[in-house]
Amino acid sequence: MTVVPDTGQVESVAALRDQVVAHCAGGGRLADLSGTALDDGLLITAQLAGPEGITTLDALVPAGQASYPALTPLVGSAFWYERELHDLFGVVPDGHPRLEPLIRSADHGVLPRHAIGPGLFTIPHGPVRSGVVESIEYLVETPGEDIPHLNMRLFYKHRGVATRFVGLTPADGVLAAERTEGIASVAHAIAYCQAVEAVAGADVPWRAALIRTVHAELERLACHLDVIVRLADAAGLAVAATRFGWHKERVLRLTGSLCGSRFGRGVVVPGGVGAAPLIGPAELLAAVGELDRQVGDDVRLLMGTASFLDRLRRTGPLPSGRAAEHGALGPVGRASGATEDTRTARPYAAYVALGVAVSSREDGDALARLEVRVDEIADSVHLLRQAADELAETGASPLRADCASADGRAVGWAEAPQGEVLYHIRIEDGLITGCRGRSASFHNLVLMHEVFAGDILTDFPFIEASFGLSIAGVAG
Amino acid sequence: MWALRGLRDGVLTTRWPVRPDEYASATRGPATVLAPTARGASEADVAGLCPTSALTVTPSGEVRVDQGRCILCGRCVAARPDLFGWSAGAHQAALSRAGLVVPGEETPDTLAAVTAGLRARTRALRRSVHLRHVDTGSDGSEEWEILALLNPVYDIHRLGMFLTASPRHADVLLVTGPGALGMAEPLRQTYEAMPHPKVAIAVGTDAVSGGTVGPSRAAAATATGGVGDIVPIDVWLPGSPPSPFAILSALLLALNRLPTGSVAAARTGGGR
Ligand code: SF4
Repeated sequence: MTVVPDTGQVESVAALRDQVVAHCAGGGRLADLSGTALDDGLLITAQLAGPEGITTLDALVPAGQASYPALTPLVGSAFWYERELHDLFGVVPDGHPRLEPLIRSADHGVLPRHAIGPGLFTIPHGPVRSGVVESIEYLVETPGEDIPHLNMRLFYKHRGVATRFVGLTPADGVLAAERTEGIASVAHAIAYCQAVEAVAGADVPWRAALIRTVHAELERLACHLDVIVRLADAAGLAVAATRFGWHKERVLRLTGSLCGSRFGRGVVVPGGVGAAPLIGPAELLAAVGELDRQVGDDVRLLMGTASFLDRLRRTGPLPSGRAAEHGALGPVGRASGATEDTRTARPYAAYVALGVAVSSREDGDALARLEVRVDEIADSVHLLRQAADELAETGASPLRADCASADGRAVGWAEAPQGEVLYHIRIEDGLITGCRGRSASFHNLVLMHEVFAGDILTDFPFIEASFGLSIAGVAG
Repeated sequence: MWALRGLRDGVLTTRWPVRPDEYASATRGPATVLAPTARGASEADVAGLCPTSALTVTPSGEVRVDQGRCILCGRCVAARPDLFGWSAGAHQAALSRAGLVVPGEETPDTLAAVTAGLRARTRALRRSVHLRHVDTGSDGSEEWEILALLNPVYDIHRLGMFLTASPRHADVLLVTGPGALGMAEPLRQTYEAMPHPKVAIAVGTDAVSGGTVGPSRAAAATATGGVGDIVPIDVWLPGSPPSPFAILSALLLALNRLPTGSVAAARTGGGR
């Protein structure tokens, strides 16, 4: 976690852009770009990730100035971030290639959409889609003879998440963080709380760090199993979908038996955890062992089902060069050659002491993304065992450090099942005045634009499932 | 191979609600009031406990929980275990928004009127019932819990319930999320496209009361009173998110297929 020092150093956007370009040219990545409305203008904040950690840079678009030089032409990964800034604050990035509404739209989608140019047709799908899924609109654009292009509109379910934090105490803010991307509640809560703890200078007790880790790994298991259910379902493997649905249910029940919430809500609080687990380490170990045996058997059968693997092979390929350029996160990035995992790159909670085995593949297709998740399922089980063993040793030691409210800015992170979650928080007079939670889903979803090498309609369910993202985490 | 694997662990499916299910009975629901007229509970110290303003004290000193605003954060239960506890069991839904305030103010007469109205409509529904879902800005967890109804443990097909992609074949609409403004029109259109008779269920505290945490509700990008501001809601189910058993119970309540006695038992409030 990094406290952002109050250097008072604010540059022009052009200067910030040069620094971002230099950082990315040196192998680093743009991890976030967000805005804060201040009296004297719009503060644009970039988070840069590299071997040295996360660096925060600020630039000001002075009040009265309606535009700034866009980053996107030089740093492609800024594409959605600048559209988001435009949606939320109305400032125009000069030179941005496609400044359409993304996450917020004043007229909620009443845009011309059937013929948006000569010879350019769009086939809308959504926002109400078939099946029980989150609302999003996919536009399949067919420019003449060319390969169809997929465009996404996320503003339908925009809830104004960032504004919910403003005015809350740091203790209440975690409730909003848990509900920013509900299937990754624990990772969001951890990233958020670590930022708060950095501001307060609080050290989370070891026992609390272990409990956080247990919940984070159970969350990873549930999300990865959910991806497998959806892939099996898309492939018409009814029994496999049923089996993995049952395994996922058991993970959610295990989480519920530890804390009362099937999504681990209420566990992570600033300073540590809210309560001791409702079941002991021995019972946890037994449940994990049972799960491991049954999931392991079914995973082996699945990874030996040739027709299934064939369907995923070469579907939705993301070349490793593109993944690196964009800084693709989580299993999507690691299936395309990335080796960064927040748990080892910038260890937190109990990962500072537990051994995480980072999984990576080169092929970049839906199969590689599945293989990475399969590895991570096995490693999560391993981590759960280690954490449960450690918990048995800690006895009744403290669960929460004093996290007295202090003022300042800090960045916190966690590796959600979808990839790195980044929270940038500002506390003034004991209350939150700004909170930016950037999900891995937001950073990664834009890549779905470009992985449709084959037939959009038949590949779609496999690609969407293999990305494993949540719309809530993107639409804000 | 998979065909054999499907037989491996025997029957996993619950028989609930015909037979009791341990997990259903243990399901944690919203906070409830254990001692409505406890001494020493002033509006100031009780209301301040809740981040979503679910707690009130009446002028005569009675403590109330509006379960439709409860996100199950547990603060009231931890701070005042003498006053508040968790409700338990699958029956967490009500047939009116006011019915989620416990202890209830609803008289048997008003409840009977709502129930009769709904029954007159659902009587005409086929024994096989088709469900359509619309997300109006959920955090994504409600969708997981609805989808869980298809896993072998809940298997709603055994109860003649099926998900449908087309609103024109849907009898029941499950609405999640607080009513994001961008989803108001798509939600309305989906509801309109459904044939009569139809039933709408608000699934989750977001859908019931329009958002969770945060003081700046006026500035929110969502319907301030939940999805009931957008389409008529028949069944109100709180939870953050509600569990699969609670969703199943809400469905059965909507269809008047809950075993007799369980609704009354569920919604009379008080400690359970
Ligand atoms: S559990 Fe939390 S949200 Fe629910 S009534 Fe109690 S304090 Fe309010």
